[in-house]
Amino acid sequence: MVKRLLKNFRWGVLPVPGRLIAVIFFVFVFIFPLITQQPYYMDMMTYASIFAIFAVSWDLLSGYSGQLNFGHALFFGVAAYTSALLGSYFAWPTAATMIIGILAAVAAGVITCFPALKLRGPYLSLLTLAFPLMLLGIIMFFKEITGAEYGIPFVPSIADTRVGEYYICVIAMTASVLIMWKLTDAGSRYIRTGLIFHAIREDEIAARATGINTIRYKLLAFAIGGFFAGLAGVLYVHVREICTISTLNLTMSFQAIIWVIFGGIVSIYGAVVGVYVLFPLMYLTYDVQSFIQSISQAVPQTPALVPLVKILQFLETIAGQPILILAVIVILILLFMPEGIAVWIRDKIERECPRCKLTNAAWRRECRACGASLR
Amino acid sequence: MTQQLIVYTVVIGGVYALLSLGFSLIFGVARVLNMAHTAFYMIAAFILFTLFSPVIGLKMNLIPAIIIAVVAVTLLGMLSYKLFIDRVREHHAAVLLITIAVAMAIQEILILIFHQDVRSLPYLVSGYTEILGVRVLNQHLMTLGIVAVIIIIVWLLLSKTKLGITIRAVANDSEIASLMGISVPRTLMIIMGMAAALAAIAGVVMAPLTTLYPTMWSSPLLIVMVIVVLGGLGSIKGSIIGAFIISFVGGVCVIDPLAILGGGGVYLNMTFTLLAMVIVLIVRPAGLFGTIFEEERL
Repeated sequence: MVKRLLKNFRWGVLPVPGRLIAVIFFVFVFIFPLITQQPYYMDMMTYASIFAIFAVSWDLLSGYSGQLNFGHALFFGVAAYTSALLGSYFAWPTAATMIIGILAAVAAGVITCFPALKLRGPYLSLLTLAFPLMLLGIIMFFKEITGAEYGIPFVPSIADTRVGEYYICVIAMTASVLIMWKLTDAGSRYIRTGLIFHAIREDEIAARATGINTIRYKLLAFAIGGFFAGLAGVLYVHVREICTISTLNLTMSFQAIIWVIFGGIVSIYGAVVGVYVLFPLMYLTYDVQSFIQSISQAVPQTPALVPLVKILQFLETIAGQPILILAVIVILILLFMPEGIAVWIRDKIERECPRCKLTNAAWRRECRACGASLR
Repeated sequence: MTQQLIVYTVVIGGVYALLSLGFSLIFGVARVLNMAHTAFYMIAAFILFTLFSPVIGLKMNLIPAIIIAVVAVTLLGMLSYKLFIDRVREHHAAVLLITIAVAMAIQEILILIFHQDVRSLPYLVSGYTEILGVRVLNQHLMTLGIVAVIIIIVWLLLSKTKLGITIRAVANDSEIASLMGISVPRTLMIIMGMAAALAAIAGVVMAPLTTLYPTMWSSPLLIVMVIVVLGGLGSIKGSIIGAFIISFVGGVCVIDPLAILGGGGVYLNMTFTLLAMVIVLIVRPAGLFGTIFEEERL
């Protein structure tokens, strides 16, 4: 068993840089608490793993099956509010409320699916955009129950310590990413969903003509997407220990889309890369700002250095605007790497053998299995 | 109460009609869902504030201030089309995202310049006129007059001039139009300029009636989307009628705050408006007057 794993690692992972990076990444995520246990950074990584589940579930629903959902926060928020409300009004055990919250998100996915089956393209995007905002209005209206903008406080946490919370979220993230990766793997011999989702996205009428029940598979895509987004929602609300309307608003929906497009749509790893690059970047802008501030204060007050101080002050102002930075990054990515940064990097470091279709490192001269020339 | 409701419906409906006209034009011709549309509206309002406000700013005269605001926003719209939207026009998800990013960037830049404060402009014209026993502010009348004139100009432009024929040809089938010797990129640029100008005019007439703050673009955007879906994406008549319907629904929710439900009508305003959109999308995906395109249908 161990020998086989080692053999797989030696011949299957080491020669392919992309897989090696993935393994290093997961090892890093699992040993992160050994590196630092400062609450600030632990929080950052915990939220990043929760949002990774959320972004990957959007990629599965919208990237793979082509149902461009602009209101993914609906599933997130429904799960969060269900779990928080059941916990605070009926004092049910946390595990039970979390499971019911996830099931509520699945139900929301199935319900959204019925009107969505009739629509496509921009119309579908507009329809899905509306649902979380409608729910938001209802939540604001029943303010005695939901607390409106103050939210539901004192949601029980899932673990006693920060490290415990972190490991629960990271294990949930690893498991869900693996499951969704397998579900969308078009080359799999055992699971057909990946291939069928691809077929539906490329040409729905052709998929129907070959005998695929596209309605069933769209329903399945919405249910799976709802399930994992709901999982992210309950984890988020139990880690944050307060349930507010931020779980339902437009920013939450668009964040998922931005992360996925940044990393690379229609590739599960792209969504993970997007979250783990952009989320810490946004989180740490204030650190960068105070760092620049400390530099500019250390610069001596001489007339020759005035331009330098001016530049530093400008950088400091910019660093205080995470949303502006995010918007500029999105524009640049869409214009210059429309397929996403993870896919772009993968294409730079990996090359497919023209004869046996095996993945090779881009710097090899010949294929590692069949010896065909790669140049 | 009823008179207030009628005035609210007509004035706000007129402004929304201008906004959704531009949104609908650029969607109908270029198939671009421009989420930055109301950001242009916001910029126009802020430029007018900077140039005209009697408290701070440059204290210019009204007419040059309005002209500068509209022209600047038109140029900005065409520039952002050329730089950002045109390159990703084929993928509608990319267009949606890039326009949202542009809108967010505009919002953040305005926050940098004007901070998060709420500002307001005084009425551009003072006094009121009595029409059929109802006192109507002159400002409201001026707004309505401008809206009516602009809508008539756009309608004449689209139906009577050569440019209008070109635009309609591109909207119908851009490939065939290109074969007939029409420059499609140039037409799309003109349309984007027109859409931005319409948004700017809406911003200028709306500025004295509302408060200005750097996130004021998001709620009109939702309402405009609802209007345009209700009237049919790409239909001009539809978006004008839809604007009045939606502002009436909004007016009922705001002014007559659903007394039975305990006065939370303001929160349910958005829910009801969006519900109207969802129902229209499900029952009649083409909207009231729109045509649905074959490739977008199932």
